[in-house]
Amino acid sequence: MKPVFETTGTCLNIKLPQELDHPASELIRRESDRIMGKIYIRTICFDFGDTEFMDSSGVGLIMGRYRALGMRSGCMKACHVSGYIEKLLRLSGVSRFLEVEKTEPETQMEGRSV
Amino acid sequence: MENSNEATIIFDSRPENEGLARVTAAAFCTQLNPTLEEVADLKTAVSEAVTNCIIHGYKGEIHKIRMKCRLKENTIYLDIEDDGVGIPDIAKAMEPLYTTRADQDRSGMGFTFMEAFMDEVKVTSQVGKGTCVHMSKKIGK
Repeated sequence: MKPVFETTGTCLNIKLPQELDHPASELIRRESDRIMGKIYIRTICFDFGDTEFMDSSGVGLIMGRYRALGMRSGCMKACHVSGYIEKLLRLSGVSRFLEVEKTEPETQMEGRSV
Repeated sequence: MENSNEATIIFDSRPENEGLARVTAAAFCTQLNPTLEEVADLKTAVSEAVTNCIIHGYKGEIHKIRMKCRLKENTIYLDIEDDGVGIPDIAKAMEPLYTTRADQDRSGMGFTFMEAFMDEVKVTSQVGKGTCVHMSKKIGK
């Protein structure tokens, strides 16, 4: 399953794949770099709804996107986070700057494809 | 020997094989009737070790990685080995957030995750010869 990228205003929504490992993270890093070079992005929202597996490559992806957005507070969000993913986010310390939401906000339901 | 079982797979250091390695370890471990969380922990640890072989050990070149899985009583033992560049300072490499590849969005959390999810993690390495990560986890504590 491929990741899906959508933008709503200056927010980039990334629907993460089932397995967020090294090859998947590489692909998302490249694609989000491409989008961020084309459109002004202020916030990134990661949707973990379909994600069953993650390792430190996924953590590196989140850290790298945070750096790319200038490490501003509130620039990184995560939704539909399961217990296991939450454990990894907490353990790695990224939950300090990643706002974790249990449900996806309404505004992010209608996005346009990029 | 009774109550023991062993399997070894040798595969190319391609990122696509990370999935193969973790699914193999998880499937092998099912004989111990693990919980879903134990399987997830094991898969993450294997993924970290294999990613290290690919990115750091072989620096993206294609060579062989060996993964030996062994069950004894209710413990799974894993040895994940490469013949790559080796690690000059193992203690430093295992520090949380330490990475030599921050440019590639690497988190430096690989060994930290292995240590968090397995009962024991030991690293043996020789510069220029290769690295072996030995891990074990007791299932059904």
